[in-house]
Amino acid sequence: MRYLTILFLFCIGLSTPHLSFGIDSPDEMLKNTQQEQRAQHLGSQLRCLVCQNESIEDSSADLAKDLRKVVRQRIVAGDTDSQVMQWMVDHYGNFIRLKPPFTFTTALLWFMPILALGIGCMIAFVTLRKNKNTVTTELSKEERQRLAKLMKE
Amino acid sequence: MLSPEFGHFTLALACCLAGAQCIIPLMGAKVKNNRLMALASPLAWGQFLALALAFACLITAAVTDDFSVLNILQNSAADKPLLYKITGVWGNHEGSILLWAFILALFGAIVSAYSHHLPLSLRAKVIAIMGGSAAGFELFCLMTSNPFLRVSPAPLDGQGMNPLLQDPGLAFHPPILYMGYVGFAVPFAFAVAALLEGKVDAAWGRWVRPWTVLAWALLTCGIALGSWWSYYVLGWGGYWFWDPVENASLLPWLTGTALLHSALVVEKREALKIWTILLAIGTFSLSLSGTFLVRSGILNSVHAFASDPARGVFILLLLGVISGGALLLFAWRAPTLTSTGIFTFFSREGSIVLNNILLCTMAAVVLTGTLYPPFVQLINGQTLSVGKPFFDNALIPIALFLFLVMAIGPVIAFKKGNIQQTVKTLSIAACLSIISIVIAFIYLHQIFPSLATGLSIWIILSSCSDFIKHIALFKTSLNNSMKRMVGLPQAFYATNIAHIGVAITVLGIVGMAASQQKIVEVPINTTIHLAGYDWTLTNIADRQEANFIATEAVIRVSKNGKVITWLFPARHYFDRQKQVVTDVAIHTNFLSDLYAVLGDSKNSTQPTPLFVLRLHYNPLAPWIWLGGFIMAMGGFITLTDRRFRIGTPAQRKKIKEA
Amino acid sequence: MKQITRRRLLWSLPFATAAVAGGGFFSMLSGLRKGNFDPREINIPVINKPIPSFSVASQPPSTGFNQQELQQQTKPILINFFASWCIPCLREMGVLQQLSSHIGIWGIAYKDKPDAVSGFLQRNGNPYQRIGQDPEGNISIDWGLSGVPESFLVMPGGIIKWHYPKPLTVTSTQTLLSLLQ
Repeated sequence: MRYLTILFLFCIGLSTPHLSFGIDSPDEMLKNTQQEQRAQHLGSQLRCLVCQNESIEDSSADLAKDLRKVVRQRIVAGDTDSQVMQWMVDHYGNFIRLKPPFTFTTALLWFMPILALGIGCMIAFVTLRKNKNTVTTELSKEERQRLAKLMKE
Repeated sequence: MLSPEFGHFTLALACCLAGAQCIIPLMGAKVKNNRLMALASPLAWGQFLALALAFACLITAAVTDDFSVLNILQNSAADKPLLYKITGVWGNHEGSILLWAFILALFGAIVSAYSHHLPLSLRAKVIAIMGGSAAGFELFCLMTSNPFLRVSPAPLDGQGMNPLLQDPGLAFHPPILYMGYVGFAVPFAFAVAALLEGKVDAAWGRWVRPWTVLAWALLTCGIALGSWWSYYVLGWGGYWFWDPVENASLLPWLTGTALLHSALVVEKREALKIWTILLAIGTFSLSLSGTFLVRSGILNSVHAFASDPARGVFILLLLGVISGGALLLFAWRAPTLTSTGIFTFFSREGSIVLNNILLCTMAAVVLTGTLYPPFVQLINGQTLSVGKPFFDNALIPIALFLFLVMAIGPVIAFKKGNIQQTVKTLSIAACLSIISIVIAFIYLHQIFPSLATGLSIWIILSSCSDFIKHIALFKTSLNNSMKRMVGLPQAFYATNIAHIGVAITVLGIVGMAASQQKIVEVPINTTIHLAGYDWTLTNIADRQEANFIATEAVIRVSKNGKVITWLFPARHYFDRQKQVVTDVAIHTNFLSDLYAVLGDSKNSTQPTPLFVLRLHYNPLAPWIWLGGFIMAMGGFITLTDRRFRIGTPAQRKKIKEA
Repeated sequence: MKQITRRRLLWSLPFATAAVAGGGFFSMLSGLRKGNFDPREINIPVINKPIPSFSVASQPPSTGFNQQELQQQTKPILINFFASWCIPCLREMGVLQQLSSHIGIWGIAYKDKPDAVSGFLQRNGNPYQRIGQDPEGNISIDWGLSGVPESFLVMPGGIIKWHYPKPLTVTSTQTLLSLLQ
């Protein structure tokens, strides 16, 4: 239940602040702090295409810098976050999203946490069910013998 | 004498000895010949010595600047400092594979030295399997990645080493990390040997656990060092990027942590046997496949070695033989193993089962996320990316749940827990943790970091209250409590210290989330205000070093008019590689880091030159790695446990004398 | 005995999973060797899409162009992004020269200085009918460029039919030529 609660909280959308490591000049940043924060958050979800697994905010590559500029230009022009994201996907495909969208292809990826957890719990439940009523805290005779043997070792 | 040719020869010799180390004892076990089985140990030592000589040859070539050796030519230069000439040996593909094989042989030798108490046939099989894996890697080294190849004519100077790698942190990161990876070869060998023997019991659990703990502690140190390195060298202020190479080290860590706990259940209760065997095989397989994926060019990584599909095919074959073989054996033999021990859901064992499920779920998510892009591309040609935002979203909830289990699990009794008693033990810690969640939320305004803070505090408090309960502090005389404290088993301390280490790392990560940064372009003698500190750029000057030119800034950091520290961030220009490396300046008081980076200044030739500075205030940042080292320390404490020392050479002598 | 067979089947699932993964890796590796699998590939969604709205200024020795002019062409045009500082572009020049007898090639100089481009074309030959410049790289981003060289085949009406984000080779131009027929 607790897991579900946490999952729910996560679904309503909470994000940790992002640090931009790639920006190498204050000129790149927007004067408006709120817009700049939006830009950095968006940028952290966009992959620098030519580097490997870095976001455009983290990368010092030229192309990343250009894309950072585009994100900021669009934000200043009044685009919403989803419009900026859509612009990027239109131009570069889903490859640019570091968090892939939920589609038929990525279903397994997104369901993996639940799937793995479910399989794990199922195996544990099936194996442990038979133990439920037979356990006592007393040691059995065999166990006591083995303990004695181990102590001798 | 230590010429490259001699090194090549000893490498080949080591390969032959490793082959013999694999085949002869196994044959001996088959025909029940004690003499053949007893050959395992001398062969393991022989292999280790031969490989040590090979490694010494490569180091000699590097130190004496023998540029007729291709590997030295490509990765070294005469003007490189001596330390990096030595550590540069494993800073490239060929050398690192040799190091890998060397560490594997080292572990083989250590196992044969500390396994006299094992039944002869089990011991022979364990060493034989270690030998088999080593032979594979030595063959790989000889056939596709020979570090001893010569070039003719020999050039006068080498091509130099990537300046980023010329750092003391990176000097020790790979050996320790590899010792972690390779250390899991021992539990793997024990697992396969147990499958061959057809017997897994409490004794097996007790034998295999110290090796698992050793590998795990080393891997923890290795990962922490790597993460620390990226924090202070790359100048990004980041410590974890979900890069495939990082994931490759995280995967065996996650399953290794699960293994560590499940082996405990095998030892205590003779349950979870099959699962533990599978984990031991899986953990080493993940260590191996990490190597494979990084070096084959399949996964894209910032840290990747020069990739070569031909090498990839060889390692894949090796992986198929080692892991595939072990898993086939597992499928055949595991069903014949039976569990005897029983326990209820609500017990320490039950909490360990839950810990295993959660850790393996996390491993499954990391593995899927890492491998998804190439597999999707292979299957339907689509290209997609899986990065930090995905991993954060998918893993944080599971991790939080795991912390909750960590907070409760260690105080539940073995076999059958008492719910009321547990609640009583935990009540104070739980209340305090809920209060801290609320306080953290008021301060941070974010759910996840607040929950993580509260749970970490809970873990620390419940460890402490458990400790107080065990030594009966205030309930008996102080003297008595002290006696009890000394008398507590090492395992008790180890568990609690390791868990507190996790909590400290988590608090560090949460603290980092509240960090502040500022990027400015300013002339000299400007003061910048950040996080309550005044950062003043006082000077910038150039300086010639051995193999680079350093441009160094001087920043005075003061608070309320009192000077706290001077920071000297710099940029190092390496002329040979035409590459600039930033040298970060960090001041830490173990509660927070003041972190300064000198940026690329384009306007430095103007009448009033402007310099780009990037300043960070990172609260609790040092805790991330401190926690890692505390975790590892917990592991090392386990190794001092009296029960594990039974049967070591020194002890045996005493027993004989008695 | 029956039960043990069933358990064996169950416990061979880890092996089966590993075997499938191993098979996947093997085909990736052989794909890497043959060149039909590239994990660094970026498939941008431009095929069958119209060209973006753009206009590039003239780059000597030729004249610039814009979206309308490209749309109004009656024959397919190959748009090639290049730069004088890019070594793979230099290697590509020979292939482009050969190709220029089959198809009109229009070039866009990416983040370059006009003088440098003129010098580059003088030294290495000029396969382009028209050349525009994109000194800031903005237009290239509208096209979805991730690096130079990159080529787009634009059909009459301004629809992109083919895209190649790497230096053109003799083999890759065969696909292009077959598309023209």
